[in-house]
Amino acid sequence: MVRFFGFLIGLGFAGVLLISLFSTVSTYVSSPPEATAEEEFHRHPKEVHFASDGPFGRFDKAQLQRGFQVYKEVCAACHSLNRVAFYHLEGLGYNEAQIKNIASAWQTEVPSVNPETGEPATRKALSSDHFPSPYANETAARAANNNALPPDLSLMTKARHEGGAYVYSLLTGYADPKSYRNKEGKALPAANQPGQNLHFNPYFANLNIAMPPPLASAGQVTYAEGNPAPTVDQMAKDVSAFLLWTAEPTMDRRKDVGLAVTLFLLIGTALAYMAYQNLWYSAKRTVRATGPLDPVNKAKRTRASKKAGIES
Amino acid sequence: MSFSWAKTYEPKAPFMRWLDERLPLPRLVYGAVGGGYPVPRNLNYWWNFGVLAGIFLTIQIVTGIVLAMWYFASADGAFNSVEHIMRDVNGGWLIRYAHMNGASFFFIVTYIHIFRGLYYGSYKAPRELVWMLGLVIYLLMMATAFMGYVLPWGQMSYWGAQVITGFFSAFPLIGEPIRVWLLGGFAPDQAALTRFFSLHYLLPFVIAAVVILHIWALHIPGSGNPTGVDVKEEKDTLPFHPFYTAKDGWFAAAFILVFALVTYFAPNYMGHPDNYIPANPLATPAHIVPEWYFWPFYAILRAFTVDFILPAKLWGVLAMFGSILLLFFLPWLDKSPVRSGNYRPVFKRFFWLLVIDIVILGWCGGAPATPLYVGISQIASAYYFAHFLIILPMVSSFERTLPLPDSISSSVLHGEAAEAAPMGSKSRAKSAAA
Repeated sequence: MVRFFGFLIGLGFAGVLLISLFSTVSTYVSSPPEATAEEEFHRHPKEVHFASDGPFGRFDKAQLQRGFQVYKEVCAACHSLNRVAFYHLEGLGYNEAQIKNIASAWQTEVPSVNPETGEPATRKALSSDHFPSPYANETAARAANNNALPPDLSLMTKARHEGGAYVYSLLTGYADPKSYRNKEGKALPAANQPGQNLHFNPYFANLNIAMPPPLASAGQVTYAEGNPAPTVDQMAKDVSAFLLWTAEPTMDRRKDVGLAVTLFLLIGTALAYMAYQNLWYSAKRTVRATGPLDPVNKAKRTRASKKAGIES
Repeated sequence: MSFSWAKTYEPKAPFMRWLDERLPLPRLVYGAVGGGYPVPRNLNYWWNFGVLAGIFLTIQIVTGIVLAMWYFASADGAFNSVEHIMRDVNGGWLIRYAHMNGASFFFIVTYIHIFRGLYYGSYKAPRELVWMLGLVIYLLMMATAFMGYVLPWGQMSYWGAQVITGFFSAFPLIGEPIRVWLLGGFAPDQAALTRFFSLHYLLPFVIAAVVILHIWALHIPGSGNPTGVDVKEEKDTLPFHPFYTAKDGWFAAAFILVFALVTYFAPNYMGHPDNYIPANPLATPAHIVPEWYFWPFYAILRAFTVDFILPAKLWGVLAMFGSILLLFFLPWLDKSPVRSGNYRPVFKRFFWLLVIDIVILGWCGGAPATPLYVGISQIASAYYFAHFLIILPMVSSFERTLPLPDSISSSVLHGEAAEAAPMGSKSRAKSAAA
């Protein structure tokens, strides 16, 4: 009974699926889908290497400090970083006094309440504060940016595929929409030309981004003595590295612990394996399900000898 | 335990005797996972994954309880609390990543465990209830995993909840009211999040209870084995402890090493970047995909594109639920008396075809719904149903199986002396002929 009903149900599902397949194929043949401009022009992030890549890679603190400087002097004008607190900057190699200074000198003050009148006020940031947002709220942010909302950057590199490379590619990937050609040499169709206040960038998912190129020229940020020259490429790389850190400040610790755990488990596994071998020593020799006299293997041998024309 | 030669518990320490007389807990443990449970001596490594599933259930419960101490089930605060765990709670990143990847590894070992059961006919008499209880565990796992994925309240959490509860609205008349009732609103929001959290905390303990039933039911006939031949005499078995505790022990250590490598060095590999964007009911992600372990079912759901008598969406939902429910009938669909796929040449080919088919379904389920992927998943879904409902019953009636060994010990011991003797010697030939 089960098999009978099962058979009917199986035929039913398989039948409807074949009808669906027929419709998929016939739609495909009668009106083949055209590639969208996004498919043709959206580019995969560039190949770029960061010090923190791979199990042995660790953040380069000098680079993180440079990246932080780029964030502070360029990005922070519009983008918040509200999951990061000033005290987290310890991870960049700053000491307590430096962090205190960075916080109190921060360009945006922290919203608070006037203790005398109870009216809204602002105060200087403390090390325990999270980075204050450049705008009071979403409406203010949109009003200042042609109705576009600059996203919070704390998790940006984890919220995109290949986040570090994505941010780097986006910052260095702006192109002239009129003269741009994709790999096949095709020009950007008129329908996808950037509208007012939009900027063409093939690394952005829908090709046109509201953010104007933030890193426009070399030397936009002045790096301290002993650092590489602040070319656009260098600044983009540094700020991407910094955003890799803001997305996961505990990454170095994770990999350190990971190496120790791996070593521990390797030794533990080896010991456990030897204990197992030792215990099974007497039972083991008799436990081969696929020994030469097992029926499966016997059948295999018979087949093989038949094939080779050997009578057994 | 059913075997007459199973050893009974004999307390050695006075305290254990005292305890055993009042509460025979030591006796229970000894009979379940100690020296009192005889296990076929020929188990291969595919038999290690049941214990591993138990280990991952434990990891999930322990890490989950700790996470719940910091997690805050609120539509405004859930995402922030997860990030707080990642950044500011001591070792929070480890607990959270272990829980996140532990879910994936729980499914990996469970899928291997299920495929082992399919290949070696573990669902056949007298273990039908073991199989069906296992499927109940699997369904509970799917519900738990889905609700757990909603909790961080990221974009994929939110839209996943939207899509999956939307399945219910495919049913005419009652569908939409059920969906609203499940969510506690017209769209996922605070009410849905809080109840998902409550159930996500509850269900693992229900799973643990069903696991106990699963093991209880297993211990009545005892474990199966790669030959599928019943245990006949003491020579066929070894006591679970120390033999299988040692084997499971080293293999678990090795497998946890793999789990640790992923958790520490590629913790987001199996996740989706969109879930690091806080939930936004006004912005739909470009591609909504569930977690990888649901991809095959997602492909089946999307394969139905034609309104044939019933609406396509209802077909998809019925097929998706049906694809799991049919497994409950497997013991009666496959009537071949031979359990192990080793001795079923035709079945074996179709089994591997099914494995490939499910991998293809998974690959299509994770890909965008373009005509190519939809077309492939239509063929693959049709094969999935045909395999279980048409091919398997037919194969089991016409297939000529290979001769089974007389007993487990004759399959594995098969004259140790003969095997040890040099090739072509007399004793070897004699034993081969026998």
